[in-house]
Amino acid sequence: MNIVIAGSGKLGTMLTQRLAAEGHNITIIDQDLNVTAELIEEYDIMALEGNCASMQILREAGIAEADLLIVTTGSDELNLLCCMTAHAMNRNLHTIARIRTPEYMESTYAMRKPLALSLTVNPERHAAREISRLLKYPGFIKREKFANGLIEIVGVKITENSPIKGKALHEMPKVAHCQVIVCTVLRGGKTITPDGTFVFEEGDVIYVTASAENLNTLLKNLGLIKRKIKNVIIAGGGRICYYLTKVLDSDNFNIKIIEKDAERCEELAEHFSNVTIIHGDASSMHVLEREGIEDCDALISMTGMDEQNAVISIYGSSLNIPKVITKLGRAEHVQIYDNLPVGSLVSPKELSCNTIVRYVRAMQNQVGSAITVHSIAEGKAEAIEFIVDENTKHCDEALKDITLKKEVLIASITHGRMIEFPNGDSTFHQGDRIVVVKSGNRPIHQLNDIFAG
Amino acid sequence: MNYKIMLKIHAWILLIESVLMVPPLIISMCMHESRNVFGFLLTIIITFALATIFGIISRDAKAKFYAREGFVCVGMAWIVMCLLGALPFFFSGTIPHYVDAFFETVSGFTTTGSSILNEVEHLGKGMLWWRSFSHWVGGMGVLVFFLAIIPVSGSGGFSLHILRAESTGPAVGKSTPKMRETAAALYIIYIGLTVLDFIFLLIGKMKVFDAACIAFGTAGTGGFTVLNTGFATYTPFAINVTTVFMLLFGVNFSIYFMLLFKRVWSAIKNEELICYVVIVLCSTLFFAINIYQKTAQTMHLNETIMHSAFQVGALITTTGYATADFAQWPAFSQAVALVLMMIGACAGSTGGGMKIARVMLLFKSLKRNAHKLNKPSEIRVVKFNRQKVSEQTIANVNAYLAAYVLLIVISFLIVSLDKANYSVTSNLSAVISTFNNIGPALDQIGPMSNFSGYSALSKIVFSVDMLFGRLEIFPILMLLLPHTYKKH
Repeated sequence: MNIVIAGSGKLGTMLTQRLAAEGHNITIIDQDLNVTAELIEEYDIMALEGNCASMQILREAGIAEADLLIVTTGSDELNLLCCMTAHAMNRNLHTIARIRTPEYMESTYAMRKPLALSLTVNPERHAAREISRLLKYPGFIKREKFANGLIEIVGVKITENSPIKGKALHEMPKVAHCQVIVCTVLRGGKTITPDGTFVFEEGDVIYVTASAENLNTLLKNLGLIKRKIKNVIIAGGGRICYYLTKVLDSDNFNIKIIEKDAERCEELAEHFSNVTIIHGDASSMHVLEREGIEDCDALISMTGMDEQNAVISIYGSSLNIPKVITKLGRAEHVQIYDNLPVGSLVSPKELSCNTIVRYVRAMQNQVGSAITVHSIAEGKAEAIEFIVDENTKHCDEALKDITLKKEVLIASITHGRMIEFPNGDSTFHQGDRIVVVKSGNRPIHQLNDIFAG
Repeated sequence: MNYKIMLKIHAWILLIESVLMVPPLIISMCMHESRNVFGFLLTIIITFALATIFGIISRDAKAKFYAREGFVCVGMAWIVMCLLGALPFFFSGTIPHYVDAFFETVSGFTTTGSSILNEVEHLGKGMLWWRSFSHWVGGMGVLVFFLAIIPVSGSGGFSLHILRAESTGPAVGKSTPKMRETAAALYIIYIGLTVLDFIFLLIGKMKVFDAACIAFGTAGTGGFTVLNTGFATYTPFAINVTTVFMLLFGVNFSIYFMLLFKRVWSAIKNEELICYVVIVLCSTLFFAINIYQKTAQTMHLNETIMHSAFQVGALITTTGYATADFAQWPAFSQAVALVLMMIGACAGSTGGGMKIARVMLLFKSLKRNAHKLNKPSEIRVVKFNRQKVSEQTIANVNAYLAAYVLLIVISFLIVSLDKANYSVTSNLSAVISTFNNIGPALDQIGPMSNFSGYSALSKIVFSVDMLFGRLEIFPILMLLLPHTYKKH
C-alpha cells in the first residue's frame, strides 16, 4: 500500500519502521531536513521536507495515488488541516490523525465526517486506559484483550516465591487450576516458544493466554494476588495523568498527584475536586516520603522524562510498593529498562502504533486479515487475532495433522462464546476466532500465512 | 566496518558476473574459437568458486550498513569485477599481458572505450561481445542491477548508500519509495532504450552481431567497436541513429521516469535538460562552421553536419565513437571537443564527465559568491529546478571539483614521466579522456590511434583514473584513505 506519513517524531519514526518492514511504500514528510535525511539513510522509504498541509508538498508526496495518510506532527491543528487538505485532493484516501488535546476529543469524534478523519489516535488516552487496566489486576505486567474481551493475553513475571518457579510447562495446569496456554517466554531479552519440558526460572516473563473469567483464579494460584489497590500516587501531572484520573475517579481510588508546575496543578485542581494535588518535585525522595509513598498501593511515574521516571520507579520498587508502573516515552529503550526494577512499562507511542498498524492491516486485506494485533514481549512477539473464513486452509482438521511455521503458536480458538485452548485434537471451523502468537521477524498478514507449506 | 555484509554483496556481484560470462562463452562455442572458450570457462569457474566461498563465509552477516560501507563496497566491487573480468582476455591469450587486459576491462566497465589494441577483429566474436557487453553492464551499474533483483527487506538504508555511490550526479535520490522498484524502473528504461536502438540499427541493415555490440556501446556510452575501422564504415543511417541514441542515453533517467508517469511538463522544464540541448545544438553549429570552412571542397554540407552532430553526441555523452579523426580538426574545434569531454552528460545518465548539473551548480554558486562580494549583506540562495539547493550540496560540488582537478594534475605528472615521451597535448588529453570516460584523446592518442604505446605504470594510472571518473571519485578515494579501515 502507498502510505504517506507526515511528521517524523517518535511515533512517526516508529510507524515508519513497522510499516516499512511490512513492505508498504512509505513516503514521509517532515519540516526538518536533518530528520528526513537521517530517516532515508535508515529505511527504504522516500522523504520530503516541507509543511505537510501544503498542497504542493502533498502533491509531490503522491497523495493522489496514496491509500492512507497518517499525520503525527506536534500540532493537532496542523494534523487536522493536513487531513482535510489531503482528503480534498484524493477522495478515496483514508486518514489517521494524532489528536492529543483533551478539549478536541469530543469535537473530532462528532465531526469526523466533515474533518475527513478515518481514525484518530490519542497516545496519552491509550496509555491511561492501559494503566487503569493494569491497576485492576495488579499482578499482571501486561494485558491485551482478544475475541471481544473473552480472552486475554497477560504477562507475568516469575519472582523468587512464584509457585511455578522451577516447574516444567506440563505441570502448569496443576498449579494454575484453570486452562491456560503459555505462548511465549521472554528470557534474557530473547523470546522462547516453550515445549512441555521447558522449566520456568526466576526472572522469566511469561505470556499466558487465559479466558477473561479465569484471570482471578490465575492470579490467586500463581501467587500474584495482591490486596486491591486503593491509594495511588501519580508522579507527574501531564496529559496521561489527566485522562487516567478521569477514568479512575469513578472507581473510588485515593489519588494523589505530584506535579512540579504550579499552574498545571491549579488546572488539575480545577478539573478534579476529589483528588489530592501536590505542588512539588516528584523526583525528590523527600517529597515522596512526605506524601506517604511507603503506604501507597500503586506508584505511577509519568513525568516528561524517562530517566526521572525510572529513578522514581526504582525507588518505589525498593520500598516494596505492590504495583509500580513506569511510562516510557522512547519505546526503543524498553530493553534497557526491562532489566531494571521499574514494574510494568507503558509506552503511549507503542500503543498508538499498534492501533495504527492494526488499521493498516485491516485496510490491506478485508478478507482473512488480522482483526487485532498486539505486540508483546517487548515487541519481539506479536499476538494476532483472525477470523476463519471460507478461504482458510485446513478447516476441520485436527491440529496434530497440521504443520505450522516455526515460531508460530495457536493460543486459542473461540467458537461463538465457547473458548477452547487448543490441543492436538482441536479443530477450527468457519466463523471461529483464532489467536496466533508469533515471534521472529517474518510478518504474518493472513491466517493462511501461519501454515508451513 | 562490517566486512561480512560487504563480502556477501561481493558474493552476489561475482555470481552475477559469472552468469554474464555465459553468453560470450556460448558465442565462442558457436564460432569454434577454442582459446576463447577456454578463457571464459576457466574464468567462470574461478568467479563462481570465489562467489561460493564468499557466500559461505558471509552467511551470518549482520545488516548494519552505513555510508562508509556503501562507498567502500562499491569501490571494491568494481575493482574486483574488473580484475576478474580481465581474466578471459588473459587466459585465452588474446591479450598476453595482464595489465593490458585489466586496462581493456576497466575501460569496458567504466564505459570509457579506450583501447590498447591496434586491431580488434582478431579477438574473436566471443571476446568482442564481452568487451561491448561490459559497457552495457557498467553503464547503469552492476550494483544497481543487484538492487533490482535481490529483495533487500528489513535493511532499508543500505540500498541508498549503494545507489548514491554507483549512480552519477551531485544529488542521487529515489523516484519511488522502494529501492527495488527504483532500481528495476531504471533497468527497464535502460533495457527498453537499448532494444529500441538495436532494432533501429537492424532496420539500417547492420549485421546482428555488430548491431548488438554497437547498441551495448551506445547504451553504456562506452565506445568499443567491433571492426578494425571503428565506426567509419557504417552507413549514414546507422550513424544518425547512433547520434540520436547516444544523446538519449546522456539524459537523466529520472526524466524518462517522469515521462512514463505522464509528468511531461516537469520533465520538459528540467533546467539540466534544457542546458544539455542548448549545449548540443550550439557545439554542433560550431563544429559544422569551423570544419566546413576547411573542408568545403571535399565534403558536402549535410555530411559535415552529420559528422559534427555525431561527434558532439559522442563527446558530450562521453561515448567516444569516432567517424572522423577529430585529432586532425582545426584548433578551435579540438578545444571545443576538450571542453565537451569535461562537461559530460546529464547527472543520472550513463555518461561520464563532470555532469552538466554540477557545472551549472558551480556557475550558480560562483555567481552568488561574486554578488556577495559586491553586496555583502544581501542574502541569495542558489536554486536548481526552481528549488533551493542546500549549502551542503554546493560544498560537495566544490569538493568534487577540487578533487577532480587535483587528481587530473597528479595523473598528468605521472603519465608525463612515461618513457614513450608523448607530447604534452597527448598526455593531458589522454588523462582527461580516461578520467571523463570518453575513450579517444587528441594528438598522438587520437581516435585513429590507441594507448598501447604507454608503459604498464601509465596504464595502471589510466585504469585508476577511469574508475575515479565512473564512480565519481569518492568511492575509490575512500579505498585509498587509511582511516577508512580504522575501527572507530
